[in-house]
Amino acid sequence: MVSPADTPAIQVDDLVIRYGDHVAVAGLSFEARRGQITALLGPNGAGKTSTVETLEGYRSPTSGRVRVLGLDPGSQHSLLAPRIGVMLQSGGIYTGIRPLEILRLFASYYDNPVEPVELLDMVGLADRQRSTWRSLSGGEQQRLSLALALIGRPEVAFLDEPTAGIDPAGRQVIRRIVADLRDSGVAVLLTTHDLDEAEKLADRVVIIDHGTLLADATPAELMSAGQGDDIRFGATSGLDCVSLGEHIHASVTEEAPGEYRVAASATPATVAALTAWLAERNEPLADLRAGRQSLEDVFLRLTESADAAREQPTADSARRSSRGRRGRGTK
Amino acid sequence: MKAFLAQTRTELMLSLRNGEQLLVSIAIPLLLLVFFSLVDVLPLPDGVDNGVDFLTPGILALAVMSSAMVSLGIGTGFERQYKVLKRLGSTPLGRPRWVSAKIAMVLCLLVIQSIVLVSAAFALGWNPAGSPALAPVAMLLGAAAFAGIGLLMAGTLRGTLTLALANGLYLALLLLGGMIIPFDTMPGPIGAFGKLLPSGALSRVLQATLRADAAPAGSAWIILAVWAVAAPCAAIRFFRWE
Repeated sequence: MVSPADTPAIQVDDLVIRYGDHVAVAGLSFEARRGQITALLGPNGAGKTSTVETLEGYRSPTSGRVRVLGLDPGSQHSLLAPRIGVMLQSGGIYTGIRPLEILRLFASYYDNPVEPVELLDMVGLADRQRSTWRSLSGGEQQRLSLALALIGRPEVAFLDEPTAGIDPAGRQVIRRIVADLRDSGVAVLLTTHDLDEAEKLADRVVIIDHGTLLADATPAELMSAGQGDDIRFGATSGLDCVSLGEHIHASVTEEAPGEYRVAASATPATVAALTAWLAERNEPLADLRAGRQSLEDVFLRLTESADAAREQPTADSARRSSRGRRGRGTK
Repeated sequence: MKAFLAQTRTELMLSLRNGEQLLVSIAIPLLLLVFFSLVDVLPLPDGVDNGVDFLTPGILALAVMSSAMVSLGIGTGFERQYKVLKRLGSTPLGRPRWVSAKIAMVLCLLVIQSIVLVSAAFALGWNPAGSPALAPVAMLLGAAAFAGIGLLMAGTLRGTLTLALANGLYLALLLLGGMIIPFDTMPGPIGAFGKLLPSGALSRVLQATLRADAAPAGSAWIILAVWAVAAPCAAIRFFRWE
Protein backbone atom coordinates (compact mmCIF):
# COMPACT_ATOMS: atom_id res chain seq x y z
CA MET A 1 0.00 0.00 0.00
CA VAL A 2 1.17 3.45 -0.86
CA SER A 3 0.19 6.24 1.45
CA PRO A 4 -0.28 9.72 -0.11
CA ALA A 5 2.83 10.90 1.72
CA ASP A 6 4.88 8.38 -0.25
CA THR A 7 3.68 9.57 -3.65
CA PRO A 8 6.07 12.21 -4.91
CA ALA A 9 4.47 15.66 -4.89
CA ILE A 10 6.32 16.54 -8.07
CA GLN A 11 7.21 14.07 -10.80
CA VAL A 12 9.18 15.04 -13.89
CA ASP A 13 9.65 12.21 -16.39
CA ASP A 14 11.86 12.62 -19.42
CA LEU A 15 10.77 16.22 -19.88
CA VAL A 16 11.71 17.93 -23.15
CA ILE A 17 10.94 21.58 -23.83
CA ARG A 18 11.84 23.14 -27.16
CA TYR A 19 11.40 26.71 -28.33
CA GLY A 20 11.76 26.49 -32.10
CA ASP A 21 15.26 25.08 -32.63
CA HIS A 22 16.41 25.81 -29.11
CA VAL A 23 16.23 22.92 -26.67
CA ALA A 24 15.71 24.36 -23.18
CA VAL A 25 15.15 21.05 -21.40
CA ALA A 26 16.47 17.80 -22.86
CA GLY A 27 15.03 14.73 -21.18
CA LEU A 28 15.01 15.74 -17.54
CA SER A 29 13.68 13.46 -14.79
CA PHE A 30 13.48 14.05 -11.06
CA GLU A 31 11.03 13.98 -8.16
CA ALA A 32 10.28 16.14 -5.16
CA ARG A 33 8.58 14.91 -2.01
CA ARG A 34 6.27 16.31 0.61
CA GLY A 35 7.95 17.55 3.76
CA GLN A 36 11.17 18.18 1.86
CA ILE A 37 12.87 21.20 0.37
CA THR A 38 14.17 20.35 -3.07
CA ALA A 39 16.58 22.86 -4.55
CA LEU A 40 16.75 23.09 -8.33
CA LEU A 41 20.23 24.42 -9.07
CA GLY A 42 21.83 25.36 -12.32
CA PRO A 43 23.63 28.17 -14.14
CA ASN A 44 21.68 30.74 -16.14
CA GLY A 45 20.00 29.13 -19.13
CA ALA A 46 20.19 25.65 -17.56
CA GLY A 47 16.45 25.11 -18.03
CA LYS A 48 15.33 25.79 -14.45
CA THR A 49 12.67 28.37 -15.30
CA SER A 50 11.29 26.36 -18.22
CA THR A 51 11.00 23.32 -15.97
CA VAL A 52 9.34 25.17 -13.12
CA GLU A 53 6.95 27.03 -15.42
CA THR A 54 5.86 23.72 -16.90
CA LEU A 55 5.14 22.44 -13.38
CA GLU A 56 3.18 25.61 -12.64
CA GLY A 57 1.11 25.09 -15.79
CA TYR A 58 2.46 28.09 -17.72
CA ARG A 59 3.83 26.04 -20.59
CA SER A 60 3.35 22.60 -22.07
CA PRO A 61 6.07 20.00 -22.44
CA THR A 62 7.24 19.29 -25.98
CA SER A 63 7.43 15.68 -24.82
CA GLY A 64 7.67 13.79 -21.58
CA ARG A 65 5.38 14.07 -18.61
CA VAL A 66 5.08 16.19 -15.49
CA ARG A 67 2.72 15.63 -12.56
CA VAL A 68 2.11 17.80 -9.51
CA LEU A 69 0.14 16.08 -6.74
CA GLY A 70 -0.67 13.48 -9.36
CA LEU A 71 -2.32 16.05 -11.63
CA ASP A 72 -1.36 17.37 -15.06
CA PRO A 73 -0.58 21.08 -14.52
CA GLY A 74 -1.71 21.92 -18.05
CA SER A 75 -5.02 20.15 -18.49
CA GLN A 76 -5.96 19.96 -14.78
CA HIS A 77 -4.89 23.49 -13.88
CA SER A 78 -8.16 24.43 -12.18
CA LEU A 79 -7.91 21.41 -9.85
CA LEU A 80 -4.28 22.09 -9.10
CA ALA A 81 -4.29 25.89 -8.66
CA PRO A 82 -5.97 25.85 -5.22
CA ARG A 83 -3.30 23.45 -3.95
CA ILE A 84 -0.10 25.16 -5.07
CA GLY A 85 1.64 28.41 -4.16
CA VAL A 86 3.88 30.30 -6.55
CA MET A 87 6.48 32.96 -5.90
CA LEU A 88 7.79 34.58 -9.08
CA GLN A 89 11.34 35.88 -9.15
CA SER A 90 10.21 39.48 -9.47
CA GLY A 91 7.08 41.53 -10.00
CA GLY A 92 3.69 39.92 -10.28
CA ILE A 93 1.93 42.42 -8.01
CA TYR A 94 -0.18 45.49 -8.81
CA THR A 95 2.26 48.37 -8.34
CA GLY A 96 -0.26 50.66 -6.62
CA ILE A 97 -1.61 48.14 -4.10
CA ARG A 98 -0.85 47.96 -0.36
CA PRO A 99 0.34 44.75 1.34
CA LEU A 100 -2.83 43.98 3.27
CA GLU A 101 -5.02 44.77 0.25
CA ILE A 102 -3.25 42.27 -1.99
CA LEU A 103 -3.21 39.65 0.78
CA ARG A 104 -6.97 40.07 1.28
CA LEU A 105 -7.52 39.87 -2.48
CA PHE A 106 -5.52 36.65 -2.77
CA ALA A 107 -7.23 35.27 0.34
CA SER A 108 -10.55 35.60 -1.50
CA TYR A 109 -9.33 33.15 -4.16
CA TYR A 110 -8.95 30.26 -1.70
CA ASP A 111 -11.41 28.29 0.43
CA ASN A 112 -9.39 28.18 3.60
CA PRO A 113 -6.78 30.95 3.48
CA VAL A 114 -4.36 31.99 6.17
CA GLU A 115 -5.55 35.12 7.99
CA PRO A 116 -3.95 38.02 6.04
CA VAL A 117 -3.01 40.06 9.11
CA GLU A 118 -1.31 37.04 10.65
CA LEU A 119 0.64 36.38 7.47
CA LEU A 120 1.68 40.01 7.16
CA ASP A 121 3.04 39.83 10.65
CA MET A 122 4.82 36.56 9.95
CA VAL A 123 6.79 38.06 7.04
CA GLY A 124 7.59 41.13 9.11
CA LEU A 125 5.60 43.68 7.13
CA ALA A 126 3.03 44.64 9.75
CA ASP A 127 4.55 48.13 9.96
CA ARG A 128 4.46 48.68 6.16
CA GLN A 129 0.67 48.52 5.77
CA ARG A 130 0.43 52.05 4.41
CA SER A 131 3.03 51.57 1.67
CA THR A 132 2.20 50.61 -1.88
CA TRP A 133 4.07 47.78 -3.58
CA ARG A 134 6.21 50.13 -5.62
CA SER A 135 7.48 51.90 -2.51
CA LEU A 136 8.54 48.70 -0.72
CA SER A 137 12.23 47.75 -0.77
CA GLY A 138 13.37 44.75 -2.80
CA GLY A 139 13.51 42.60 0.30
CA GLU A 140 10.06 43.67 1.45
CA GLN A 141 8.65 42.90 -1.99
CA GLN A 142 10.20 39.42 -1.85
CA ARG A 143 8.69 38.79 1.58
CA LEU A 144 5.25 39.93 0.40
CA SER A 145 5.57 37.67 -2.66
CA LEU A 146 6.38 34.79 -0.36
CA ALA A 147 3.36 35.58 1.80
CA LEU A 148 1.15 35.51 -1.31
CA ALA A 149 2.52 32.10 -2.25
CA LEU A 150 1.52 30.78 1.18
CA ILE A 151 -1.87 32.38 1.70
CA GLY A 152 -3.84 29.48 0.24
CA ARG A 153 -2.13 26.89 2.49
CA PRO A 154 -0.45 25.17 -0.48
CA GLU A 155 0.64 21.55 -0.53
CA VAL A 156 3.36 22.39 -3.03
CA ALA A 157 5.24 25.70 -3.04
CA PHE A 158 7.32 26.87 -6.02
CA LEU A 159 9.76 29.53 -4.91
CA ASP A 160 11.89 31.17 -7.58
CA GLU A 161 15.06 32.73 -6.11
CA PRO A 162 13.26 33.64 -2.88
CA THR A 163 16.22 35.39 -1.26
CA ALA A 164 17.76 37.05 -4.31
CA GLY A 165 18.82 40.60 -3.52
CA ILE A 166 17.72 40.47 0.11
CA ASP A 167 19.64 41.72 3.13
CA PRO A 168 20.88 39.08 5.62
CA ALA A 169 18.09 39.74 8.16
CA GLY A 170 15.39 39.36 5.50
CA ARG A 171 17.10 36.22 4.25
CA GLN A 172 16.91 34.72 7.74
CA VAL A 173 13.18 35.46 7.90
CA ILE A 174 12.58 33.78 4.55
CA ARG A 175 14.74 30.75 5.39
CA ARG A 176 12.91 30.26 8.66
CA ILE A 177 9.51 30.42 6.93
CA VAL A 178 10.61 27.99 4.24
CA ALA A 179 11.94 25.57 6.85
CA ASP A 180 8.64 25.80 8.76
CA LEU A 181 6.76 25.03 5.54
CA ARG A 182 8.81 21.88 5.08
CA ASP A 183 8.19 20.88 8.68
CA SER A 184 4.44 21.25 8.14
CA GLY A 185 4.60 18.75 5.28
CA VAL A 186 4.68 21.05 2.26
CA ALA A 187 6.75 20.05 -0.75
CA VAL A 188 8.97 23.04 -1.49
CA LEU A 189 10.68 23.40 -4.86
CA LEU A 190 13.26 26.13 -4.58
CA THR A 191 15.01 27.52 -7.65
CA THR A 192 18.23 29.21 -6.74
CA HIS A 193 21.67 30.35 -7.83
CA ASP A 194 22.67 30.64 -4.20
CA LEU A 195 24.63 27.51 -3.41
CA ASP A 196 25.03 28.49 0.19
CA GLU A 197 21.27 28.67 0.50
CA ALA A 198 20.80 25.26 -1.10
CA GLU A 199 23.47 23.81 1.20
CA LYS A 200 21.84 25.23 4.32
CA LEU A 201 18.20 24.72 3.44
CA ALA A 202 17.68 21.89 0.99
CA ASP A 203 16.98 18.27 1.83
CA ARG A 204 17.65 17.35 -1.75
CA VAL A 205 19.59 19.08 -4.50
CA VAL A 206 18.84 18.63 -8.18
CA ILE A 207 21.60 20.12 -10.34
CA ILE A 208 20.83 20.68 -14.00
CA ASP A 209 22.68 22.28 -16.89
CA HIS A 210 21.84 22.57 -20.58
CA GLY A 211 18.48 21.02 -19.77
CA THR A 212 19.87 17.73 -18.45
CA LEU A 213 20.30 16.29 -15.00
CA LEU A 214 23.83 16.42 -13.55
CA ALA A 215 23.11 15.32 -10.01
CA ASP A 216 20.22 14.45 -7.73
CA ALA A 217 21.19 13.76 -4.11
CA THR A 218 21.22 15.18 -0.60
CA PRO A 219 23.68 18.02 0.02
CA ALA A 220 25.74 15.77 2.32
CA GLU A 221 25.99 13.03 -0.31
CA LEU A 222 27.02 15.52 -2.95
CA MET A 223 29.64 17.13 -0.79
CA SER A 224 31.24 13.89 0.27
CA ALA A 225 30.85 11.95 -2.98
CA GLY A 226 34.04 10.93 -4.75
CA GLN A 227 36.23 12.85 -2.36
CA GLY A 228 38.74 11.69 0.21
CA ASP A 229 41.58 11.87 -2.23
CA ASP A 230 42.35 15.48 -1.82
CA ILE A 231 42.95 18.20 0.68
CA ARG A 232 41.96 21.79 0.05
CA PHE A 233 43.39 24.70 1.93
CA GLY A 234 43.44 28.45 1.79
CA ALA A 235 46.61 30.49 2.34
CA THR A 236 48.52 33.42 0.88
CA SER A 237 48.40 33.35 -2.89
CA GLY A 238 51.55 32.54 -4.87
CA LEU A 239 53.02 29.80 -2.64
CA ASP A 240 55.66 27.62 -4.26
CA CYS A 241 53.53 24.60 -5.18
CA VAL A 242 56.49 22.61 -6.52
CA SER A 243 58.47 22.91 -3.31
CA LEU A 244 55.43 22.11 -1.20
CA GLY A 245 54.61 19.14 -3.42
CA GLU A 246 58.12 17.71 -2.98
CA HIS A 247 57.90 18.18 0.75
CA ILE A 248 54.63 16.30 1.16
CA HIS A 249 55.06 13.88 -1.77
CA ALA A 250 51.90 14.89 -3.60
CA SER A 251 50.98 17.23 -6.39
CA VAL A 252 49.78 20.66 -5.30
CA THR A 253 47.89 23.12 -7.49
CA GLU A 254 46.68 26.64 -6.84
CA GLU A 255 43.14 26.42 -8.27
CA ALA A 256 42.26 30.03 -7.57
CA PRO A 257 44.37 32.74 -5.97
CA GLY A 258 44.96 31.57 -2.41
CA GLU A 259 42.94 28.33 -2.91
CA TYR A 260 45.08 25.20 -3.07
CA ARG A 261 44.35 21.57 -3.79
CA VAL A 262 46.60 18.74 -2.70
CA ALA A 263 46.10 15.46 -4.56
CA ALA A 264 46.53 13.22 -1.60
CA SER A 265 44.26 11.79 1.04
CA ALA A 266 44.18 13.59 4.33
CA THR A 267 46.34 11.26 6.38
CA PRO A 268 47.71 12.71 9.62
CA ALA A 269 51.21 12.48 8.17
CA THR A 270 50.32 14.49 5.05
CA VAL A 271 48.49 17.13 7.03
CA ALA A 272 51.38 17.37 9.48
CA ALA A 273 53.86 17.75 6.61
CA LEU A 274 51.69 20.43 5.01
CA THR A 275 51.40 22.48 8.17
CA ALA A 276 55.12 22.03 8.95
CA TRP A 277 56.03 23.39 5.51
CA LEU A 278 53.78 26.39 6.09
CA ALA A 279 55.16 26.88 9.61
CA GLU A 280 58.75 27.01 8.28
CA ARG A 281 57.73 29.89 6.05
CA ASN A 282 55.51 31.51 8.67
CA GLU A 283 52.52 31.30 6.28
CA PRO A 284 49.15 31.47 8.04
CA LEU A 285 46.55 28.84 7.13
CA ALA A 286 43.14 30.34 6.31
CA ASP A 287 41.21 27.08 6.21
CA LEU A 288 41.72 23.38 5.64
CA ARG A 289 39.15 20.95 4.24
CA ALA A 290 39.56 17.28 3.66
CA GLY A 291 37.20 14.68 2.29
CA ARG A 292 34.39 17.15 2.05
CA GLN A 293 33.86 19.91 -0.44
CA SER A 294 31.44 22.77 -0.44
CA LEU A 295 28.37 22.50 -2.63
CA GLU A 296 29.95 25.22 -4.72
CA ASP A 297 32.93 22.93 -5.48
CA VAL A 298 30.55 20.15 -6.52
CA PHE A 299 28.44 22.47 -8.59
CA LEU A 300 31.40 23.95 -10.45
CA ARG A 301 32.97 20.55 -11.03
CA LEU A 302 29.74 19.09 -12.42
CA THR A 303 28.80 22.02 -14.62
CA GLU A 304 32.37 22.47 -15.88
CA SER A 305 32.79 18.81 -16.71
CA ALA A 306 29.45 18.89 -18.53
CA ASP A 307 30.68 21.88 -20.51
CA ALA A 308 33.98 20.16 -21.28
CA ALA A 309 32.16 17.08 -22.53
CA ARG A 310 30.01 19.32 -24.70
CA GLU A 311 33.10 20.84 -26.30
CA GLN A 312 34.35 17.41 -27.48
CA PRO A 313 31.34 16.14 -29.31
CA THR A 314 32.80 12.85 -30.54
CA ALA A 315 30.45 9.94 -30.14
CA ASP A 316 32.81 8.26 -27.72
CA SER A 317 33.28 11.20 -25.37
CA ALA A 318 29.59 12.02 -25.50
CA ARG A 319 28.80 8.50 -24.46
CA ARG A 320 31.36 8.56 -21.68
CA SER A 321 30.17 11.85 -20.36
CA SER A 322 26.56 10.81 -20.42
CA ARG A 323 27.48 7.65 -18.54
CA GLY A 324 29.49 9.69 -16.10
CA ARG A 325 26.63 12.05 -15.51
CA ARG A 326 24.22 9.28 -14.95
CA GLY A 327 26.68 7.70 -12.54
CA ARG A 328 26.78 10.84 -10.48
CA GLY A 329 23.09 11.40 -10.83
CA THR A 330 21.89 8.07 -9.55
CA LYS A 331 22.74 6.81 -6.18
CA MET B 1 -18.46 34.93 -6.11
CA LYS B 2 -16.27 36.03 -3.19
CA ALA B 3 -13.23 36.10 -5.50
CA PHE B 4 -15.13 37.93 -8.25
CA LEU B 5 -16.35 40.65 -5.85
CA ALA B 6 -12.92 41.06 -4.27
CA GLN B 7 -11.28 41.24 -7.69
CA THR B 8 -13.78 43.83 -8.93
CA ARG B 9 -13.37 45.91 -5.78
CA THR B 10 -9.58 45.82 -6.16
CA GLU B 11 -9.67 46.73 -9.86
CA LEU B 12 -11.99 49.66 -9.16
CA MET B 13 -9.99 50.84 -6.16
CA LEU B 14 -6.73 50.75 -8.12
CA SER B 15 -8.15 52.75 -11.02
CA LEU B 16 -9.74 55.35 -8.76
CA ARG B 17 -6.48 55.62 -6.82
CA ASN B 18 -4.57 56.31 -10.01
CA GLY B 19 -4.45 60.06 -10.62
CA GLU B 20 -3.83 59.93 -14.39
CA GLN B 21 -6.75 57.56 -14.89
CA LEU B 22 -9.07 59.79 -12.87
CA LEU B 23 -7.93 62.76 -14.91
CA VAL B 24 -8.72 61.02 -18.20
CA SER B 25 -11.98 59.40 -17.17
CA ILE B 26 -13.60 62.13 -15.06
CA ALA B 27 -11.71 65.42 -15.00
CA ILE B 28 -11.15 65.94 -18.73
CA PRO B 29 -14.71 65.07 -19.85
CA LEU B 30 -16.13 67.25 -17.07
CA LEU B 31 -13.80 70.13 -17.93
CA LEU B 32 -14.69 69.95 -21.64
CA LEU B 33 -18.42 69.81 -20.85
CA VAL B 34 -18.38 72.75 -18.46
CA PHE B 35 -15.94 74.91 -20.42
CA PHE B 36 -17.52 74.59 -23.86
CA SER B 37 -21.06 74.87 -22.43
CA LEU B 38 -20.20 78.18 -20.80
CA VAL B 39 -17.75 79.56 -23.37
CA ASP B 40 -19.37 79.87 -26.74
CA VAL B 41 -16.45 79.12 -29.08
CA LEU B 42 -17.30 75.77 -30.65
CA PRO B 43 -19.41 75.53 -33.79
CA LEU B 44 -22.84 73.94 -33.17
CA PRO B 45 -24.88 71.84 -35.59
CA ASP B 46 -27.78 73.61 -37.32
CA GLY B 47 -30.85 74.04 -35.16
CA VAL B 48 -29.06 73.69 -31.80
CA ASP B 49 -29.33 76.78 -29.61
CA ASN B 50 -28.00 75.49 -26.35
CA GLY B 51 -24.40 74.19 -26.49
CA VAL B 52 -24.90 71.74 -23.63
CA ASP B 53 -27.60 69.90 -25.59
CA PHE B 54 -25.06 69.09 -28.29
CA LEU B 55 -22.09 68.56 -25.97
CA THR B 56 -23.62 66.17 -23.43
CA PRO B 57 -24.10 63.18 -25.78
CA GLY B 58 -20.59 63.65 -27.18
CA ILE B 59 -19.06 63.94 -23.71
CA LEU B 60 -20.87 60.77 -22.60
CA ALA B 61 -19.33 59.04 -25.63
CA LEU B 62 -15.95 60.42 -24.57
CA ALA B 63 -16.47 59.07 -21.05
CA VAL B 64 -17.11 55.59 -22.46
CA MET B 65 -13.94 55.81 -24.54
CA SER B 66 -11.84 57.01 -21.61
CA SER B 67 -12.81 54.27 -19.17
CA ALA B 68 -13.22 51.36 -21.57
CA MET B 69 -10.24 52.08 -23.82
CA VAL B 70 -7.79 54.32 -21.98
CA SER B 71 -8.16 53.26 -18.32
CA LEU B 72 -8.69 49.60 -19.06
CA GLY B 73 -6.01 49.44 -21.76
CA ILE B 74 -3.29 51.25 -19.84
CA GLY B 75 -4.07 49.48 -16.56
CA THR B 76 -4.08 46.04 -18.16
CA GLY B 77 -0.99 46.83 -20.24
CA PHE B 78 1.08 47.56 -17.15
CA GLU B 79 -0.38 44.57 -15.29
CA ARG B 80 0.79 42.41 -18.14
CA GLN B 81 4.23 44.05 -18.25
CA TYR B 82 4.71 43.71 -14.49
CA LYS B 83 3.67 40.02 -14.67
CA VAL B 84 0.55 40.54 -12.57
CA LEU B 85 -1.46 38.59 -15.15
CA LYS B 86 1.12 35.81 -15.08
CA ARG B 87 0.98 35.66 -11.28
CA LEU B 88 -2.83 35.58 -11.28
CA GLY B 89 -2.62 32.72 -13.78
CA SER B 90 -1.29 30.40 -11.08
CA THR B 91 -4.08 31.23 -8.61
CA PRO B 92 -7.58 29.71 -8.60
CA LEU B 93 -9.02 33.05 -9.85
CA GLY B 94 -9.15 31.87 -13.47
CA ARG B 95 -9.45 33.92 -16.65
CA PRO B 96 -13.28 33.98 -16.87
CA ARG B 97 -13.54 35.58 -13.42
CA TRP B 98 -10.67 37.96 -14.20
CA VAL B 99 -12.36 39.11 -17.41
CA SER B 100 -15.72 39.43 -15.62
CA ALA B 101 -14.11 41.60 -12.95
CA LYS B 102 -12.55 43.84 -15.61
CA ILE B 103 -15.96 44.22 -17.26
CA ALA B 104 -17.59 44.96 -13.92
CA MET B 105 -14.91 47.56 -13.17
CA VAL B 106 -15.56 49.34 -16.46
CA LEU B 107 -19.32 49.26 -15.82
CA CYS B 108 -18.85 50.74 -12.34
CA LEU B 109 -16.63 53.47 -13.77
CA LEU B 110 -19.28 54.21 -16.41
CA VAL B 111 -21.96 54.57 -13.75
CA ILE B 112 -19.77 56.94 -11.71
CA GLN B 113 -18.88 58.98 -14.81
CA SER B 114 -22.50 59.12 -15.97
CA ILE B 115 -23.71 60.35 -12.58
CA VAL B 116 -21.07 63.10 -12.46
CA LEU B 117 -21.45 64.20 -16.10
CA VAL B 118 -25.25 64.00 -16.30
CA SER B 119 -25.57 65.95 -13.02
CA ALA B 120 -23.22 68.60 -14.38
CA ALA B 121 -25.13 68.70 -17.68
CA PHE B 122 -28.48 69.24 -15.91
CA ALA B 123 -26.87 71.97 -13.83
CA LEU B 124 -25.78 73.59 -17.10
CA GLY B 125 -29.34 73.51 -18.42
CA TRP B 126 -29.29 70.29 -20.47
CA ASN B 127 -32.66 69.35 -21.90
CA PRO B 128 -32.51 65.73 -23.17
CA ALA B 129 -35.05 64.62 -25.73
CA GLY B 130 -35.49 61.71 -28.12
CA SER B 131 -35.34 58.23 -26.60
CA PRO B 132 -32.89 58.40 -23.65
CA ALA B 133 -33.68 54.81 -22.67
CA LEU B 134 -31.57 53.67 -25.65
CA ALA B 135 -28.55 55.67 -24.52
CA PRO B 136 -27.32 53.05 -22.00
CA VAL B 137 -27.59 50.38 -24.73
CA ALA B 138 -25.46 52.51 -27.02
CA MET B 139 -22.96 53.15 -24.22
CA LEU B 140 -22.66 49.41 -23.54
CA LEU B 141 -22.01 48.68 -27.21
CA GLY B 142 -19.46 51.48 -27.24
CA ALA B 143 -17.84 50.11 -24.08
CA ALA B 144 -17.48 46.69 -25.73
CA ALA B 145 -15.87 48.26 -28.81
CA PHE B 146 -13.45 50.45 -26.88
CA ALA B 147 -12.59 47.73 -24.37
CA GLY B 148 -11.70 45.51 -27.31
CA ILE B 149 -9.36 48.17 -28.69
CA GLY B 150 -7.84 48.85 -25.25
CA LEU B 151 -7.23 45.17 -24.52
CA LEU B 152 -5.85 44.58 -28.01
CA MET B 153 -3.17 47.20 -27.29
CA ALA B 154 -2.63 45.97 -23.72
CA GLY B 155 -2.25 42.36 -24.83
CA THR B 156 0.18 42.96 -27.67
CA LEU B 157 2.33 46.02 -26.81
CA ARG B 158 4.60 47.04 -23.97
CA GLY B 159 2.96 48.97 -21.12
CA THR B 160 4.61 52.28 -22.01
CA LEU B 161 3.70 51.93 -25.68
CA THR B 162 0.10 51.14 -24.76
CA LEU B 163 0.12 54.26 -22.58
CA ALA B 164 1.34 56.46 -25.43
CA LEU B 165 -0.87 54.92 -28.09
CA ALA B 166 -4.02 54.91 -25.94
CA ASN B 167 -3.59 58.59 -25.14
CA GLY B 168 -2.86 59.43 -28.80
CA LEU B 169 -5.88 57.47 -29.99
CA TYR B 170 -7.99 59.16 -27.32
CA LEU B 171 -7.17 62.57 -28.75
CA ALA B 172 -7.57 61.51 -32.41
CA LEU B 173 -10.85 59.69 -31.79
CA LEU B 174 -12.09 62.65 -29.74
CA LEU B 175 -11.36 65.17 -32.50
CA LEU B 176 -12.52 63.01 -35.43
CA GLY B 177 -15.45 61.39 -33.62
CA GLY B 178 -17.86 64.32 -33.64
CA MET B 179 -17.82 64.42 -29.85
CA ILE B 180 -17.19 68.15 -29.45
CA ILE B 181 -16.79 69.25 -33.07
CA PRO B 182 -19.91 68.51 -35.18
CA PHE B 183 -19.41 66.36 -38.27
CA ASP B 184 -21.14 68.90 -40.48
CA THR B 185 -18.47 71.49 -39.75
CA MET B 186 -15.64 69.14 -40.83
CA PRO B 187 -14.38 68.88 -44.43
CA GLY B 188 -16.44 66.18 -46.23
CA PRO B 189 -13.92 63.30 -46.45
CA ILE B 190 -12.72 63.81 -42.86
CA GLY B 191 -16.29 63.81 -41.56
CA ALA B 192 -17.11 60.69 -43.60
CA PHE B 193 -14.02 58.94 -42.20
CA GLY B 194 -14.87 60.08 -38.67
CA LYS B 195 -18.31 58.53 -38.91
CA LEU B 196 -16.72 55.10 -39.51
CA LEU B 197 -14.70 55.31 -36.29
CA PRO B 198 -16.12 53.79 -33.10
CA SER B 199 -16.09 57.22 -31.48
CA GLY B 200 -17.99 58.71 -34.44
CA ALA B 201 -20.55 55.93 -34.45
CA LEU B 202 -21.12 56.17 -30.70
CA SER B 203 -21.44 59.96 -30.63
CA ARG B 204 -23.91 59.90 -33.56
CA VAL B 205 -26.02 57.24 -31.86
CA LEU B 206 -25.99 59.16 -28.58
CA GLN B 207 -26.88 62.41 -30.37
CA ALA B 208 -29.83 60.62 -31.99
CA THR B 209 -31.08 59.15 -28.71
CA LEU B 210 -30.58 62.25 -26.55
CA ARG B 211 -31.36 65.16 -28.89
CA ALA B 212 -34.74 65.64 -30.56
CA ASP B 213 -33.55 67.22 -33.81
CA ALA B 214 -30.48 65.07 -34.40
CA ALA B 215 -30.06 63.15 -37.65
CA PRO B 216 -31.35 59.57 -37.50
CA ALA B 217 -28.50 57.15 -36.83
CA GLY B 218 -29.46 53.80 -38.38
CA SER B 219 -26.07 53.37 -40.08
CA ALA B 220 -24.24 54.50 -36.94
CA TRP B 221 -25.93 51.71 -34.91
CA ILE B 222 -24.66 49.19 -37.46
CA ILE B 223 -21.11 50.59 -37.46
CA LEU B 224 -21.11 50.64 -33.66
CA ALA B 225 -22.34 47.04 -33.48
CA VAL B 226 -19.64 45.90 -35.91
CA TRP B 227 -16.94 47.55 -33.77
CA ALA B 228 -18.51 46.06 -30.62
CA VAL B 229 -18.10 42.57 -32.05
CA ALA B 230 -14.92 42.94 -34.09
CA ALA B 231 -12.70 44.69 -31.53
CA PRO B 232 -13.26 42.21 -28.67
CA CYS B 233 -12.80 39.32 -31.12
CA ALA B 234 -9.47 40.79 -32.22
CA ALA B 235 -8.45 41.24 -28.58
CA ILE B 236 -9.31 37.61 -27.80
CA ARG B 237 -7.43 36.45 -30.88
CA PHE B 238 -4.21 38.42 -30.31
CA PHE B 239 -3.99 38.94 -26.53
CA ARG B 240 -0.75 37.55 -25.05
CA TRP B 241 -0.79 36.91 -21.31
CA GLU B 242 2.97 37.38 -20.92
